[in-house]
Formats: sequence, structure tokens, C-alpha cells
Amino acid sequence: MTDLAAINPTLLVFALIVASTPILLAALGELVVERSGVLNLGVEGMMIVGAICGFAAAYESQSPLLGFAAAALGGAALSLIFAFLTQFLLSNQVATGLALTLFGLGLAAMLGQNYSGEAVPATPRLNLGPISDIPFVGRVVFGHDWVVYFSLLMAALVWAFFKYTRPGLILRAVGENHDAAHALGYPVVAIRVAAIAFGGAMAGLGGAYISLVRVPTWTEGMTAGAGWIALAIVVFGAWRSGRVVLGAYLFGGVTILQLNLQAAGVAMSPELLSASPYLITIAVLVVISADRSRAALNAPAALGRTFHASS
Amino acid sequence: MIRLERRSEPNRLFAGITPVLAVVATMIAGGAMFAALGADPFVTIRTIFWDPLFSEQFASYSRPQLLVKAGPLILIAIGLSLGFRAGVWNIGAEGQYIMGAIAGAAVALAAYPLEAVWIFPAMILAGAIGGWAWAMIPAILRTRFNTNEILVSLLLVYVAEQVLASASTSWLRNPEGAGFPGSRNLAQYPSAANNEIIAGTGMHWGVAAAFIAVIAAYVLLSRHILGFNIRLAGQAPRAARFAGVSPNRLVLICFGASGALAGLAGLYEVAGPARQISIDFNVGYGFTAIIVAFLGRLHPVGILFAGLLMGLTYIGGELAQIMLGLPAAAIQSFQGMLLFFLLAGDVFTNFRVRFGGRVAA
Amino acid sequence: MRRRGGWGLKALLEIDGVTKTYPGVVANNSVSFSVGENEVHALLGENGAGKSTLVKMIYGLVRPDSGVMRFQGGTYAPASPHEARRAGVAMVFQHFSLFEALNVAENVALGMEEPPPMRTLAARIAEVSEEYGLPLDPSRVVGDLSAGERQRVEIIRCLLQDPKLLIMDEPTSVLTPQEVDILFETLRKLREEGTSILYISHKLEEIRALCDEATVLRLGEVVGNVDPKTDSARQMAEMMVGASLMTPSRDSGSFGEAKLEVAGLSIASSSPFGTSLRDVSLTVRAGEILGVGGVAGNGQDELLAALSGEALSTPGTLKLSGQDVSALGPNARRALGLLAAPEERLGHAAAPDMSLVENALLTGGVRKKLIASGFLKWTEARRFADEVIGQFDVRTPGADHAARSLSGGNLQKFVVGREVLQAPEVLVVNQPTWGVDAAAAASIRQALLDLAAGGAALVVISQDLDELMEISDSFSVLSEGRLTQPRPAAGLTVDEIGLMMGGAHDMGVAHAAG
Repeated sequence: MTDLAAINPTLLVFALIVASTPILLAALGELVVERSGVLNLGVEGMMIVGAICGFAAAYESQSPLLGFAAAALGGAALSLIFAFLTQFLLSNQVATGLALTLFGLGLAAMLGQNYSGEAVPATPRLNLGPISDIPFVGRVVFGHDWVVYFSLLMAALVWAFFKYTRPGLILRAVGENHDAAHALGYPVVAIRVAAIAFGGAMAGLGGAYISLVRVPTWTEGMTAGAGWIALAIVVFGAWRSGRVVLGAYLFGGVTILQLNLQAAGVAMSPELLSASPYLITIAVLVVISADRSRAALNAPAALGRTFHASS
Repeated sequence: MIRLERRSEPNRLFAGITPVLAVVATMIAGGAMFAALGADPFVTIRTIFWDPLFSEQFASYSRPQLLVKAGPLILIAIGLSLGFRAGVWNIGAEGQYIMGAIAGAAVALAAYPLEAVWIFPAMILAGAIGGWAWAMIPAILRTRFNTNEILVSLLLVYVAEQVLASASTSWLRNPEGAGFPGSRNLAQYPSAANNEIIAGTGMHWGVAAAFIAVIAAYVLLSRHILGFNIRLAGQAPRAARFAGVSPNRLVLICFGASGALAGLAGLYEVAGPARQISIDFNVGYGFTAIIVAFLGRLHPVGILFAGLLMGLTYIGGELAQIMLGLPAAAIQSFQGMLLFFLLAGDVFTNFRVRFGGRVAA
Repeated sequence: MRRRGGWGLKALLEIDGVTKTYPGVVANNSVSFSVGENEVHALLGENGAGKSTLVKMIYGLVRPDSGVMRFQGGTYAPASPHEARRAGVAMVFQHFSLFEALNVAENVALGMEEPPPMRTLAARIAEVSEEYGLPLDPSRVVGDLSAGERQRVEIIRCLLQDPKLLIMDEPTSVLTPQEVDILFETLRKLREEGTSILYISHKLEEIRALCDEATVLRLGEVVGNVDPKTDSARQMAEMMVGASLMTPSRDSGSFGEAKLEVAGLSIASSSPFGTSLRDVSLTVRAGEILGVGGVAGNGQDELLAALSGEALSTPGTLKLSGQDVSALGPNARRALGLLAAPEERLGHAAAPDMSLVENALLTGGVRKKLIASGFLKWTEARRFADEVIGQFDVRTPGADHAARSLSGGNLQKFVVGREVLQAPEVLVVNQPTWGVDAAAAASIRQALLDLAAGGAALVVISQDLDELMEISDSFSVLSEGRLTQPRPAAGLTVDEIGLMMGGAHDMGVAHAAG
């Protein structure tokens, strides 16, 4: 029995933003990492570790804020393994990123075995009194928790960082041509390690948003591919922060819409609906990458290449 | 200060012993992890690596399990190693494994309850085609539209899991199963069952296929122009084009081979040890095979040993779970750690480590 | 050794007993010399003489093992390029230290210690570039600039910091003769304004034209200081090389039938910053060597790819002995006798980590019949590799060693020898002696001449005009993807060549009209 009328547009848009935020956080982190010339495929692993670190810390301290802080630390700590292997031991970035994901999934499951079924205090929504009571706008624009605003602030900061600051310029230069950056005296490895750690922290925050706000509980493998979606969104966003926001919200929209359609009992197989976010992500990737020259122009030229100073 | 100096050519000695060093390092670090979890590290390591093969109490059960677990890992890893060598990253073997199993099982269930000799060969063919077809999606998107094959192959795993859910709850569901999800039990269907070739050894047709794949891959890589081109393309893509290798053709071949082998692994699994299509049919062999491929240095013989070792950690992990109450995830972290140590060890193959920096005059 | 006396100027930079060793190589052995104020000082030496290591130490990229440097009388030991720049040392790199996807102003900012805000910087760039006659648009993306314009970016980047010492590493290797003249004007002006220049080159004529004093390096050691204005080029060359060279000899006979015919070949480049080939036509006859000159980045790689079969062209554009081969891939072309040796040895012509046996197989499989129904004949492949090593004097412990373990010269001999020994009908080579020591270069050129004498047709693409003049029968120039109509090489003057390099299409028209 289809009941599309039961879908509430306010709740739909609200839920869309909630569903998009973890992916946006992780994608912004990976955007910075890739702009520095490093491809870290371990986003999924860092997210899930962030999810359990955040959950455990929030549960033990009863403070969601401490939970998010722990998640950022956990994600960054895990990413430093990747940084050490790829930047100092010069291992293959693709293989190491995969290893990070596999290890992260196992580690998180292990850390989380005692937390299944537990609950954490809720992350409060912003309350601006009458403004938050305005129909639709109040809820959708002013009614979120601080992390949603934080993620959008980070998107703006990342944009400004690359557009206006010298460290941003240097980071782009390192990702463009690490040999030239080295020849000019910039510490390629240090810059990349910093970028990787930032990416880890952001992925950790994204994971924690799933376990502390979106779900909020702990289950094994709860990130369910969000890290891979974040990676895809960086490609979709052509390594630009504004477009990454767009991509994350688009994906969040598809996810929420299919959940609502399932709930409304649309005459489509629930499995097809569940698979639709992944299928649509693939379709978007195809469209974006089909324009070869443009895709090649935007990608950082040194992406995924190992740097070893010969002198 | 520690510095790395590039060797003028790869050191073959280190290439060989790195996996051994990585295993030892993982045992030490893993032992520390187990200790942190409150288990005796020595007992845990013994339970994982020794007891499954030599303990009087368990060996009779777990020894055959070794081949059962190692078979699919080796089969998938052999396929993946071809692509990894060529710089073609298929990390969606888990999805191809699922699709192979579904395709193969669908043939059997369509023929049920007919008993005929052609059914099992037809299932094998269908399994290979199922995995191959699923792998062709990222391969063709890559060659036609330049779409990143890593992301597409991985995202398709989640899609395959939904197809699996759909198959086990609706279109392949056992009509006599009282509404429970899951297909008919193929082990009870003689024409479709993948039974042990030698009873009590765990050696079923999938294990035999894995051994054949090892030999075929060895010959391919060391004696055949295709294997040469695969190695060349991975090491020096531009030189490969100069040598007349078409990168697109190589992507299709590598994805096709790895997809077909993963599909085969899925088929042998569903018709053998797993017995039926069910929602939780896949247990991550497609991902663990990535570790197996690297641990085996992307070399067929290495993969054979690496697959056996990984199979052992699966069985040992289960044993540790039962005997010591170790969480199942611990063994997954353990496997991830192994891959880290292996990748870290690679540095010695290509670089010389020098201690003591020189101070500028 | 002789200390600088000369013009009674005081030393700006003094290098005293500097030594730097790498495993197995002494890059610099107790090197001493000094650069005076207001001086253009040349550092002269062959590839591998240790020039690059020395300037990297001066620029703070490498630390010396022992020895002392002094700058303006004080101790100078820069730990990084930042410190070097702060002290007043700037450098223009041989392989540019530029970022293709960034614009000119951003590139300049990255090479400065304390750059002004972008808008101010852009104005300064426009101003300074006008002042020195090096016009440059600050907002253009560097990837779209020509090699000469890119060098301007590097130079402007240095000038904006008012350096006391400007290091230039082989600056003219990417310039047309006219651009070289402009560069020299700029450098002379800088010297008048009080900047000293350390000029690294192996081109003797340039050093004679520009420099006040020269230090000659060989195998990491200073072999002497010379006055380039008075000492002859011959003296300098002998110092630099330390031995007399085998000079190639050319028996210029009559040519046979046309072997390779290219007509109206246009191919879009596969890389975003590459150069597309536009309407390229040429004919090479049996026994003829066609030299293709031009500045790097004007379509050389693309031309080689189009001829080797790595890039396919429209039917009818490429004929080998009358047969249309435009749609055939590299191996089909090899079977018909069209072989090629690309510029980039490691990664293109050879696979760095593969053994020489495997690298022999890389292109030799077809013509040497090293493959039988898909299976490799390792014994025959080894025999072929040994043959190349033996006949071309490739110095290596054995054919099982990886390509990257060979020196540049030896690997280049292997790469050229591998093609020559397959008895090509047509051979295309790009930069046959780039980065190769003089002795190896001479033997490679001789091999090419012998091959032509044996009746093969050759296309030699090179940025070394002297080399092309030495071995070519006819000569043309690649410029922005266009090829000038080939002319007989004999009697061409440097000015004529310069004009050809400046604008191929105009030249073509002028030639057709005249």
C-alpha cells in the first residue's frame, strides 16, 4: 500500500542533512588529503574507528562533546599508521589504504564488543527559541545540532584555506608536483603527514556522527560503505569544497528518499531501493569521469605517487 | 637519523623473507593486543597457529577445515594478483564471489529435482560467468568512461549484498522452507553438491580448482607473453604501451579473470561448505583475499602458502573464540596488522636503511 | 689549485674543499672555487661531472660531507632553500620547479620567502617582467606556457627577491637561439646592476659569449679555472672531457626509395598540457637521416608516439615503403620494420625494475622471434640481450640485472642497440644522447650513421642542434606541433635554424613562396 502523502517534507529535508553530514565531514578531510597528493583509501576504516571511539568516550563520560573529540583523535591516530607506512616507508598507497580499512573494521569491532545495545546521551539541537519554531525553515535551517553547522563551517574554511592562504597554496603545490615543491625547500613529507592526520580526524568525526547522532547506537560495520561514498564524492566534487557539499547532500538526499519510499511501501523491491544510493553514486561517477580532459585537469597531478627525495 | 637509500635494483633476498618477518612481527604485536584484551598471548598464538593442526583434541575436525577455508582465498587471490600486478585494482571480489554463487545456485535450483551429470559442470560455468559479468561492470566503465575502478568495484559489493538479500528472501527462497529466508540445501541435491573428493580431507572441487589456478598463473606469469605484459604494465605503464600492450584490453582481461575466479569460489562455496544461498552467505573471503594476494607477494606459489596461513588464522580464530572467548573481530584486526607489517617490510626490498646522518660541515 | 685573481673584485661566494659522497659515487671531491661580485661565473662540465650536486649544496638542498662555504665573507651553511633565499641566493632549475596547474603569480609566490598579497604580487610581476623584456601574464596557468615562458616565470621569481647570487642550471637547453639572446641580455643587465651569476652549462660557445670566468669540473673534481674570453674552446673541451673523442664520420651518398612517408598527420595530445601534432608531413628515404630540431615540449613525444604506433592516426597519413600503417599498433609496425627509441629511458624505452633480458624482449619479441604461440623463449631472449650488451659495449655485470642499475649512458646504448640490432627499415629516435657522457654519445651517433649507411631510413629528434648538424642529411623543426618542410642540412646557418624554430608555419610559407 503506497502512501506517499505520509512523507513529511520538513522531516525529509531535516533527515537529508543528518544523513549527509558524516559523508561531508569525511569527504572534506579526504579532499585535503588528496589535494596534497595522497590517496588514502582507508576512509571507511577511519570512520568506523571514529564511530566506536566516539561512542565509547561519550558513553563513559556521558558527554557527546568528549565523544566527538575522542573520535577525531582516534581517526587521526589510525591515519598516522597510514602516514608512517606511505610517507616514511614508502609503501603503495592503494594497498596501504585498503589495509587501513580492513584493520579499522576489525579493530572497531573488537573495541566495540561491550558497547552493543548501549545508549549515549543525545547531542542537543540548537535552540534559538522562536526562530527554531518557524515552520520548515526553523527546523531545517536552525534546528540542527552543532556538528551540522561545524561541517558546513569546515567546508567554508577548507575553501578559504585553498583560495586565500599561503599554507593552502603550498599544500596544493605539494600535491601538484612534489619534486618541485621539494626543490623549493618545502617539507613535502611533513605537509602530507599533517594533511593525512587532518583527513583522519575528519573521518573520525564523520563516523562519530553516525554512532552518536544519526543512529545513535553502536553496531558492527555500521558505517556501511559511507567511507567509500565519501571517496567517490571527492571525485564527484572535482576536488572543490563547494561541490563536495553538493555531492554529499545529493547522496544524503537519495538515501533518505529511498528510506522514505521503503517506509511508504512503494511497489519496488526494498533491496533495489537499498542499493539505489550505491547505484546512483556509480552513475554519477561515470558521468563525471566521462569527460576525460576535465577530470584530468582537476585531479592533483601527484595523486597517489610516492615521493622519495633523491638528494 | 635514519635515511633510506634506493637500491640500484630490488633485493631478492628481502623480497623472499619479508613475509616471514611480517608474520613474526604480527605474532608479537598481535600477542600484545591479545594481552591487552586479557588473554595469555602465548596460549592465544598457540591456539591460533598450532592447535588447529596438531592438537589431539581439535585437529581431526579442524585439519580438513584448513583446505576448506584456504581454497576460496587462494582462488580469489590468484585472480586479484594478476590485476594488482598490472596496476588494475579490483577490490570488489566479495561482490563477484556473491554473484558467482547466486548464478551457480540459480542453475541448480532451476534444474531441481532433475538428476543429471551436466548439472554440476553447468553450475561451474554459470558461477564463473556470474562473477565475470559482475566484474565487467567496473572494467567496462573504466575502459569506456575512465571511471575509477577501485570505487566502482567496491560500491558494487554493497549492491551485490542487496541482490543476495533479495535472492535469499524471494526469488531463490526454498519454497518448502516454511517462509524462512535461504535457498534449498544443495548438499542434499546429489547432482549439484560439491562434495569432498577425498573424504575427511576437506579437499573439494573448489580446492582442486585453486591448485589448478596456482599452476596456471605460474605458467602464465613466467612463460607467457600475456603474463609478461601484465607485469610490464604494472611496473612501467608507458613502456607497456610502447611494447604494444593495450591498457584497456589488460583491464578487461584482469577484471575478467579475477571476476571469474571469484565467481567460481562463490559457486564451490555455495554448493559445498555453505550448502545454500542465505543472507549471511558471504563472510569476507573477497576482502581477506586481498591480504592473501599481498602476503603471497602477488606470486602464485606465495599465494598458495599465504592462503593456507590465512585459512589457519580463520580456524585458529574460531578456536580461540570458543576456547578463550576472544572476540571474532580480534582475528580480523590480526589479519589487517599482518598486511601492515608486510607493506612496511617492503621498504627493505627496494631501499637500504642507513643509520646515522651526516652533519653539515 | 689557482685561486681567483682577475679583476680585483672581492669574492661573493667562496667554496673551500667541499666534498659530497653518495654510496659508490664521489659526487664532489674537495671542490674549491669562488664567485666574485658582479661576475658571471661558469661551472663547466659533462653530465655526471658533479655540477648539479654542487649547486644543490649552495642552494641548501644537499648538505656537504665536509668543507666550508662562505657568502659575503661570513660562514654559509644553508640547511634549506629557505635559508639560501634569505641569504640572497636564488636558483633557476634545469627541470623547472614549476606547478603546471597553478598560475604564474602562484608559482612566483611559492618561490619567495615573504610574498606580498596576490594582487600586489601580480602587479610586481607585470612590472618587473616588462622592465627586463620578459613579458609575462601573471594570471595565466603555467601548464599552458611554452618552455621559454616557463623559464621566464622562474627568472622573474628570482628577480623579485633581489638576489645577490643567481644560479642558473643549464638554462638554454629549452630555448630557441633567439630566446637565448634575450636571456643573455637579461643576465648582462643583472650583472651591471650588481648581481653575480653562477652559470652551469656544458655548451662552450655560450660560456665564451657570456661568462667572465669558468671553473671546469670532471668526475667531481675541479680540473682547472679558465678565462673563457681568451682560452680556446678546444682547450676547455679537452679539460672537460679529459680525452680525445671519436668523431663520427658521414659518407653522404645518394639516397634510395622513400621508406617512410607522412602526409597531413594530425593527432590530439592525450595529456591536458601536451602539444597536439598539426598537419605534419615528411618523407625519409633509404640511407637518409632526417634531423628534427626544436625546443622541448613542441610535440617531440607526440611525434615519436605517432610514428612508433603508440598513437594511431587517420588512414593514409602514415606509409611505410608504400604500405599504409596508420592503423597498426607498435608490434605490427615492428613486424614491418618500423622501430623506435623514445626519449625517456626509464619507464618508456625500458622498464626500470625488469632485467635486461626482459627489456630485450620488450621490443625485440616480434622481429627476433622470441615468442612462439604466446610462449616466451627465454634462452633466445637472453642471447639477444647478450648480443646487444656485447656489440654496444654496455657496461653491466650481466643481463640479469635491472635496467635501472645501469648508468644513463649504458642504458641508452642498450636501448639504441636493441633497436639497431633488429635491422630496422626505419628507425625513429628521440634524444638519442640526452644525459649521456661524451664517449657513449659518440658511439651512439656512429651506430646511427652506420645504420643509415646500411640502407635504413632514420628520423632523429633532438634538442641538441650540434648533434643534428653532425649527423643529419636533411633538417626540419618541430614548433607548436607543426613540422617545417625538411631542408638539406648542409649549409644551414644558426640564424636560419633559429627562424625555423621561432615559427614553423610562417617559415613553411616563406619557403614555399621563395
